[in-house]
Amino acid sequence: MGNKIANRQVICDTLLELAQSDRDIMVLASDSRGSAAMGPFAQACPEQFVEVGIAEQNIVGISAGLAHSGKKPFVTSPACFLSMRSIEQIKVDVAYSATNVKLIGISGGISYGALGMSHHSVQDLAVTRAIPGLAVILPADRHETKRMTEALVNYEGGVYVRIGRNPVEDVYESADYDFVIGKAVTMRDGSDITLIAAGETVRVALDAEVKLKEAGVSCRVINMHTIKPLDEEAIIKAARETGRIITVEEHSVHGGLGAAVAEVVVQHHPVPLRLVGIPDEPAIAGKTKEVFEYYGISAENIKNLALDMLGQ
Amino acid sequence: MEIIELKAKAAQIRMDLLRMIHGAKAGHTGGSLSNADILTALYYRVMNLDPARPKWEGRDRFIASKGHAVESLWCILADRGFFPKEELETFSQFGTRLIGHPNNKVPGIEMNTGALGHGLAISVGMALASKRDGRGYRVFCLMGDGEQAEGSVWEAAMAGAHYKLDNLVGIIDRNGLQISGSTEEVMGLDPLDEKWAAFGWNVISIDGNDMEQLVDTLEAAPTVPGKPTLIIANTVKAKGISFAENVPHWHHHVPSDEELAQALAELSAVLAGYQQEGQVR
Repeated sequence: MGNKIANRQVICDTLLELAQSDRDIMVLASDSRGSAAMGPFAQACPEQFVEVGIAEQNIVGISAGLAHSGKKPFVTSPACFLSMRSIEQIKVDVAYSATNVKLIGISGGISYGALGMSHHSVQDLAVTRAIPGLAVILPADRHETKRMTEALVNYEGGVYVRIGRNPVEDVYESADYDFVIGKAVTMRDGSDITLIAAGETVRVALDAEVKLKEAGVSCRVINMHTIKPLDEEAIIKAARETGRIITVEEHSVHGGLGAAVAEVVVQHHPVPLRLVGIPDEPAIAGKTKEVFEYYGISAENIKNLALDMLGQ
Repeated sequence: MEIIELKAKAAQIRMDLLRMIHGAKAGHTGGSLSNADILTALYYRVMNLDPARPKWEGRDRFIASKGHAVESLWCILADRGFFPKEELETFSQFGTRLIGHPNNKVPGIEMNTGALGHGLAISVGMALASKRDGRGYRVFCLMGDGEQAEGSVWEAAMAGAHYKLDNLVGIIDRNGLQISGSTEEVMGLDPLDEKWAAFGWNVISIDGNDMEQLVDTLEAAPTVPGKPTLIIANTVKAKGISFAENVPHWHHHVPSDEELAQALAELSAVLAGYQQEGQVR
């Protein structure tokens, strides 16, 4: 696919474009304008940019104050710190006070590779999705990131977005498709089993589908880009129509996408379900592909799991 | 409102909040009594407000960062007509919107607070928006002295000075007591003035239970261009009740029937004195 554009770059480009005509759009950084790829925005729109320094509690509080005053703040800060160091500000100042703050967690999951558990963000979905009223979104590729960013500007309310660090392979051919917050996208239809993924693992699930097709398995792939509000209908339908589900996530298996899907499945249409993700341990260091392989977040492992569930 | 009327109003607010806390059998009595004069000065004289239009864009903003001492604020908002006074009877009761912390479902409350160390950052955001939009409204943020131990206060203090927010006024209700004892025993704060000055704020120390000083200082603030102002309002915890002043357990003590009667007697004598003085003038 050869995509060289990281999702963080797409967010900057899209916001920069929209900010020319919408002066209420603001971008905040916590000494992270480089890692968030927001340097060009800071340069082009200094009046719509706020540097807060290395202070994640402060960046959320200040954003809530700006939002209260009619601004549309986009906080860009490493996902590991933004989601957990400031979680009380997210709970009280953003969600409870109903302020229109967009929290963009950059370099999420294990994309900080060798920097270790302090910099990995594989608990962020568990904590953010427990907060009432906060939407949680993981775009899959650059096209979805663009559509999501456009949607966020017009969405009233608090949102936590998690993106990775490096360019990811495209899963869409273009940005010309229907992106709706809270509405899952069925990437491939199928009847034997469903793979549900979000963010960068959508690519892995699609690759697994190809392998499964070769093995004669009809596999559905759902891109659950919005973890909250969760598209329960798509999950129940998949459980009913395919009878088996595998979730694939770049997150601890505790409290993330798999857990969210399991909550729905077990209450509405219990079927066999397997969770692929990071186990309950400090994740191993390495490049995304290496870490994914190590934990079985790979097309080959998912294919084998699926075949096992199908008794083949 | 004139100074003498403000003094009388503060006495009345103290009586209202004591009755409310006694009725609900819940509340943070000490801190609400210590900040009653500050809030009276702000809400009846200093701040630009319109109770009929609580979200009017040009209004000054107030953030109660020490959200637990909300009782004086509920009584004041009701008295100023933001909501019916009878609603005070629902304070802390099942399903009420007058909970034990500021709640933005109530007209006149900007943001939900209660978790300490949040208010100043929010206020920085509001003051920054006022500056960037050229609106010119002021933002007042009331903090507790015990709250100063939260690191997030100092993150916001840095940002307020960095962005030269001279429309931002921080107020510390310096009553010297927190739930476990004196602030200096629990986590020493002094020299508090030097700390804030070192963070780039224009620091003013006053008697926070003296209405003349409060009005003069708050009306003039902020006084230094390019700097946010921090007012250390030295107050007495549970101010206004002789037998409760400076007693730590009045932090959230609910007065008994006898204590309420005695406190109301003391405050009505004070109120009558101000009313008489007001008439003489």
